[in-house]
Amino acid sequence: MADWYMVTVVGRDKSGIVAGLTQALYGGGWLLGETSMARLGGNFTIMMMVEGKGSAADLSEIMQPAATRLGLDVHVDRIEAELHRHPEPNVQLRVFGADRAGIVADVTNALADAGLDILDLNSEISGTEAEPVYVMVLDGIAEGGVDSLEAAVNELNQKGLKVDLEAIDTLLG
Amino acid sequence: MAVLPILTFPDDRLSQPAEPVAEFDDDLQGLVADLIDTMLEGPGAVGIAAPQIGQQKRVVIVDVSVMMQSDRKRKPKSSNNGRMVLVNPEIVQRQGEIAGREGCLSVPDYTGNVVRAESIVVRAFDVDGKATEFRCHGFESRAIQHEIDHLDGILFLDRVISPRELFRRKVYK
Repeated sequence: MADWYMVTVVGRDKSGIVAGLTQALYGGGWLLGETSMARLGGNFTIMMMVEGKGSAADLSEIMQPAATRLGLDVHVDRIEAELHRHPEPNVQLRVFGADRAGIVADVTNALADAGLDILDLNSEISGTEAEPVYVMVLDGIAEGGVDSLEAAVNELNQKGLKVDLEAIDTLLG
Repeated sequence: MAVLPILTFPDDRLSQPAEPVAEFDDDLQGLVADLIDTMLEGPGAVGIAAPQIGQQKRVVIVDVSVMMQSDRKRKPKSSNNGRMVLVNPEIVQRQGEIAGREGCLSVPDYTGNVVRAESIVVRAFDVDGKATEFRCHGFESRAIQHEIDHLDGILFLDRVISPRELFRRKVYK
């Protein structure tokens, strides 16, 4: 049975990184599972589920030439792979407001207390240098649906944030 | 009648356009009964199209009642025409655009956001060959468009704008 690893790569963004990394993996006999790439503040980041026969050290060694050439740091963790089990979110929240310390902590703690399990979160600092605006979009599962989060969202809206809460009704056909 | 196996991507038959129904006969009655039984077997399914069970005929069933039941605290914005049997359906009017999350019996374990017309008028024949017309909006409108796409060999995968966020982040910039 093959082993699964989570490979995390970070570095300055430049063209050709994904091609270089995936070629190194494929050439070394490793296979990709799920991946997620993000460009955060000009930095390249990617997390890749990688499957193959060998140790974490073997996997790191395969990637090292490409990582060195592209100026990247590579980190490898052994994981359990849970493929084909994607939980479906039933709520989406969109948060935006003037950037200040503690927005994510405030929002996510209030929502966690109200029973939200976050499945996906993306945020960015938009606006201008003089007037930065924090924008966060998150999907999650609330057992009681949007109703169970309404009180928490109302409270957050009193604190100078704009939080939109919406049900996700996934069509299956 | 019978619960039939659902074809799943990448089965080529899901990419083939279906043929119009010419005879409103016992075979059609049987196909409709099989489609209904098969749809009801899929948990939470609100529609099904004949090509999904390997029948290249322009027949779809849509029934969003399961999403509109009175015991649901919050229902999606939608018309509800009950169970619609649509033979040779044709959308004759479209209005507005809205993004929403879709999955498919033929594409297990994947959902994504798709832009659809917010409201439509659909003309079709019922199982006995009588001309019908429905005005639909919201979730029901989305379901009909999703199912008619199957008749044209199109899967929601062909139309996904984003696997996660309902709105692209650049909207906020």
